[in-house]
Amino acid sequence: MAGSGSAHLRSPEHTLLRVENLVVEFPTKGGKVHAVSNISFDLLPGETLGLVGESGCGKSTTGRAVMQLPKPTNGSVVLDGRELTEMSNQELRRTRLQMQMIFQDPISSLNPRRKVADIVAEPLRIWKIGSDAEQKAKVSELLTAVGIDPQVASERRPHEFSGGQCQRISIARAVATEPKVIICDEPVSALDVSVQAQILNLLEDMKERYGLTMIFIAHDLAVVKNISDRVAVMYLGRMCEVGPPDELYANPAHPYTSALISSIPLPDPDAEQRVELLGGELPSPLDPPSGCRFRTRCPRAQEICAQATPGLAAIGPDHYVACHFPLTEPAPVPVAQPVLADRPAD
Amino acid sequence: MTTTTPEAAVPNPPGSTPLLEVRDLVTHFRSPRGLVQAVNGVSFSLQRGRTLGIVGESGSGKSVLSRSIMGLNPRSTSIRSGQVVFEGRDISDLDDSAFRELWGKQMSMVFQDPMTSLNPVMRVGRQITESLRHHLDMDRDQAKQTAIELLRAVRIPEPERRLRAYPHEMSGGMRQRVVIAIALACGPKLLMADEPTTALDVTVQAQVLDLLDEQRRDRFMGMILVTHDLGVVANHADEIAVMYAGRIVEKAPTSVLFHHMKMPYTQALLRAIPRIEMPSHTRLDAIGGRPPDLVNPPAGCAFSPRCPYAQERCFVDAPALQVDPADPSHSFACHFPLESPDQVPPAKPMEVA
Repeated sequence: MAGSGSAHLRSPEHTLLRVENLVVEFPTKGGKVHAVSNISFDLLPGETLGLVGESGCGKSTTGRAVMQLPKPTNGSVVLDGRELTEMSNQELRRTRLQMQMIFQDPISSLNPRRKVADIVAEPLRIWKIGSDAEQKAKVSELLTAVGIDPQVASERRPHEFSGGQCQRISIARAVATEPKVIICDEPVSALDVSVQAQILNLLEDMKERYGLTMIFIAHDLAVVKNISDRVAVMYLGRMCEVGPPDELYANPAHPYTSALISSIPLPDPDAEQRVELLGGELPSPLDPPSGCRFRTRCPRAQEICAQATPGLAAIGPDHYVACHFPLTEPAPVPVAQPVLADRPAD
Repeated sequence: MTTTTPEAAVPNPPGSTPLLEVRDLVTHFRSPRGLVQAVNGVSFSLQRGRTLGIVGESGSGKSVLSRSIMGLNPRSTSIRSGQVVFEGRDISDLDDSAFRELWGKQMSMVFQDPMTSLNPVMRVGRQITESLRHHLDMDRDQAKQTAIELLRAVRIPEPERRLRAYPHEMSGGMRQRVVIAIALACGPKLLMADEPTTALDVTVQAQVLDLLDEQRRDRFMGMILVTHDLGVVANHADEIAVMYAGRIVEKAPTSVLFHHMKMPYTQALLRAIPRIEMPSHTRLDAIGGRPPDLVNPPAGCAFSPRCPYAQERCFVDAPALQVDPADPSHSFACHFPLESPDQVPPAKPMEVA
């Protein structure tokens, strides 16, 4: 299966989180939605994995399935040697202390009726971590760490803060219980570029300070490159390509990765940009194409792509691709030319 | 159309009158906290066939500006002054019924969110034909044929079938194409696109921006592209105006702006963008602080509290938008512009939390 295979997984004794053959399907009236189809990935302690792809590729579903929200249809999620998919709800609740999430819309992910200090203290209160005084001190420390003045902010409510500040408060809440893994689901896509840069820098600082391991889900390739140690590109529920960011962006091997990278608008009017426009529409996840799921829009697709699903295979140090005809090899003959659009240089 | 204004009485040879001229436009809103000075004296002009990019952060006034030009702001709570001259005719004091003759036919708008700008309970076809029948007096069949051509022009596959679809049956990119088709339907001379691709995926964004460019060229429209992303305008605008706290703080042809940036704010905006060619884990130059509160804007230059180059004068004396003596196409509002001998190196680090 495309994007399946475990060539890219590291030895289980080194990994903090290991996800294998993850499948998430949603039954609907119209049939089964194949949201995530058999993907695997792992995280070393302290590593940031960037999950990147367009709407509908299953990246957010993957993040939620790791949290068991809801439990995946199939597959295994092992955190620190413990299988999450087989846990009782009671055990899961306790284990979620080790995993926290940060969401896209910072304003709606904070309770508008509660004070900031209470929002950040809530996980500590629920788990009875420390005395009242210790909790208070911890909240001050956390708010200070995310760049919010606890003196000013503690008694205020979320609506008095901007989006960027609310996202800082969400980050403080997420690290309150000292989790091992943080899953960030599009944490900066609702923010302005200037604030986005502040939050990305803050996440790097928090990672260092609290020794966090992160899954960073986003659709913006430049943002993902900036923060990640390893990047996984997803398309229609499968993994196309995995690699270290500098290598993956310099030498994309999957035609989809290459199209994605070429589409980024460059803030430079002189840049010679050739956008590889993807033809067609994203196929329905109710009835995904056979074989490689990208084949219906791929300029290099051949007959075999409809018949056999390519697995992830190594094409360089720590660089894996799920493609029958990766860009590192000469194009199969005959090949349809990709649709290129020249950007006028005015 | 009317000959009540002196400008309209004098016929102008085509090309000499700008399509749109905005003169010292001010839009303030009454709010419980006081007067929100959302747009504070903006002037620019736009020729047919050209694209002006308006760039700024949230709260810079860029969306209020575009709505003010289109006459879409609520009248009861807003206070406005200045002039909006469209094809030589001052439209700033028109009422809604007069504007209704302009909307769609002369000027139209593409909004950010294609889901909320389409009517969810009306088939796409009717949403396109509505304005065709109203403005151009087409009969049902003519309107339908035109709608099919429009959908084809915005590259929607199987346009005949798509006419019968509801918006929820389409992807975000498709919906935005429909919104563009509606905006183009009556052949407007001015197309206002307010963050048209912000809600879209990156590959779809590239397609929609190219589509807008192509339609602007083919139909010889003037286009205003409002965005927070300098990357979007770098390749899709002839001229760029950077807005901050309700004013234009720098304006220049695109390549001049990128090569000879004068405003520290423009530079800071550009530097905050993570670039694909940067190695992983490059620390970003974030702009510290936040845009000012438009109820109580700071004295002096509005950017001074966040500006690494600010000197004493900047905090008391607000700089006016002035033309660069070396290049009349370039104007900026800064006492100590970049590349100037008076500028002192940053006194404080760029990043203040």
